[in-house]
Amino acid sequence: MPQTLFEKIWDSHVIVQENGRSLLYVDRHLVHEVTSPQAFDGLRINKRKVRRTDLTFATMDHNVPTSDRSLPIIDQTSAIQIKTLEKNCKEFGITLFDINSPNQGIVHVIGPELGITLPGTTIVCGDSHTSTHGAFGALAFGIGTSDVEHVLATQCIMMEKPKTFEINISGKRKNPHAITAKDIILSIIKKIGTAGGTGTVIEYRGDTISELTMEQRMTICNMSIEAGARAGLVAPDEKTFEYLRGRRYVPKNYEEYVNMWRENLKTDSGAKFDKSFTLHADNIAPQVSWGTNPAMTSDVTENIPFPTEYGKGNAEQEKGAEKALQYMGLKPGTAITDIAIDRVFIGSCTNSRLEDLMEAAKIVKGRKVSPKVRAMVVPGSQLVKKNAEELGLDKIFKDAGFEWRESGCSMCLGMNPDILKAGERCASTSNRNFEGRQGAGGRTHLVSPVMAAAAAIYGHFVDVRELDLN
Amino acid sequence: MEPFKKIKSIATPLDKVNVDTDQIVPKQFLKLVQRTGFGQYLFYDWRYEKEGIPRKDFILNDSKYKNSKILLARDNFGCGSSREHAVWALDDYGFKVVISTSFADIFYNNCFKNGVLPIKVSEESLQKLFSVKSEIEVDLENQSIRADGLSMSFDIEPHWKKILLEGLDDIAMTLLHEKQIVQYEKAHKI
Repeated sequence: MPQTLFEKIWDSHVIVQENGRSLLYVDRHLVHEVTSPQAFDGLRINKRKVRRTDLTFATMDHNVPTSDRSLPIIDQTSAIQIKTLEKNCKEFGITLFDINSPNQGIVHVIGPELGITLPGTTIVCGDSHTSTHGAFGALAFGIGTSDVEHVLATQCIMMEKPKTFEINISGKRKNPHAITAKDIILSIIKKIGTAGGTGTVIEYRGDTISELTMEQRMTICNMSIEAGARAGLVAPDEKTFEYLRGRRYVPKNYEEYVNMWRENLKTDSGAKFDKSFTLHADNIAPQVSWGTNPAMTSDVTENIPFPTEYGKGNAEQEKGAEKALQYMGLKPGTAITDIAIDRVFIGSCTNSRLEDLMEAAKIVKGRKVSPKVRAMVVPGSQLVKKNAEELGLDKIFKDAGFEWRESGCSMCLGMNPDILKAGERCASTSNRNFEGRQGAGGRTHLVSPVMAAAAAIYGHFVDVRELDLN
Repeated sequence: MEPFKKIKSIATPLDKVNVDTDQIVPKQFLKLVQRTGFGQYLFYDWRYEKEGIPRKDFILNDSKYKNSKILLARDNFGCGSSREHAVWALDDYGFKVVISTSFADIFYNNCFKNGVLPIKVSEESLQKLFSVKSEIEVDLENQSIRADGLSMSFDIEPHWKKILLEGLDDIAMTLLHEKQIVQYEKAHKI
């Protein structure tokens, strides 16, 4: 019977099945400081070891300051959490890319960078954005701390098989520099909703996906969870194999694997999906979120919707939009391009890779950040930072008035000192515009890196299609 | 884990869709390295003014619901971040049951790992529960919810039911398959 890519990966990892659930083998386990301390404690209490230290990799990203790394961490609770991860990795024998490592970075940025992420593998991490790794044709998903402990102890995870969801993206974007992968995924979430993918694994397919670079595919898979999906993936192709070739942790007989992946890792023709959705990329515009979940998003050319218009007869949705606009301090009918901003954040596991920074720098080059705006760039990893500096991007950003910082999750969730003050409005390349996400009372608008860069210059949102991006 | 017992309590109605885990427990409380004591941070930014003064208009601050063990929620409850702290906070606060029309996947899974029972019911049933003023009884063994003149059943996977009722350690259960895991590891190397 023809199978989907997800089903092939799933089936090849099932160890036992019982009561409709499967025990799946986990090929790679990524660990960070926030969701792991209680898991290691659990191991200690029950006198258990980490089963496969060779398949487990850790870094610290959520809590780390993005300021000068030679200075001590002022926030004591953060410092304790970071120290705890160091201690746990040492005690249990796990490879750690610590705060001073040239490989430190956001866990979902460094996994692919180091070749830990591989096609056809299963990857888990105590973080919902683990779906990012699906861009390589891996089955990658976020888990809670109890499951982190379970995987540390057993290298397996027990779960019910998710349903399959095909999202076709076809058509040529009119201006691929202005209409980015971020705009594609926000357009999808806007249409299918934040629970549109619940219980499923999404496979992104179609000619638009084939055209995207690996980093762009990562942006799309990253936000699968924002549509409620357990994971999102893209079938690997030559771009995937080329991206990983020569990276530190890929297997020694890499080319043999590539031949196998090329042969096997695709959805068979005639395979059936449980659910299907198509997005035509020809006519999508740059996206800007205006509410408190990622589905509350509009084209940059539109006005803030009226709650009745947004709810389309659904009272709960209407009430949600009303509350969201109240929180965001926005009036229905306002043109999105009239919204003034206070802060700009370019970073996060969604949009902090080299290409993101290169694209944003094109807008910034030779211009100045609006005097009303505080703008920062937080590269996703030390390697991204180094590569960007070699290209002189740091200078472009700094000359324009951006802060150029050390790598980490930073203001995507504000667990470190990078936060919004109450009432501050931010154009952010991150993935969640939930209430208080970037700081209590802070107001987040999700946008692409080029849209964020342009907003920094103009002090309000602008349609980047009107700027010269070449 | 403590075995799950029959629960009888007044239910706290949280009338909001798409409640994300950032709201259930805000990020500033994720820095703790232990599992306990998160109840005081549950819905923190909705529950308190800036200065830590309880907000009068938030349901958890209504004394009527002080000892409630059941939370009534709306669609897509627990979406967003995978933080298990959200369930630790609900549990530590005293909620042992959450009833909604739908839950986000990771949150749903995390509940069972901590002895909290998430129950999915139809929109119609949820509406009825939202209007119940008296105590509600949740019986996992018989998969039933009862209240004043109201009785409904709910579905749950047998696997989760067993784990909750017996308070099982799922790592120990997985390790019963040690032989198969070793076999798999021998045959598959990457």
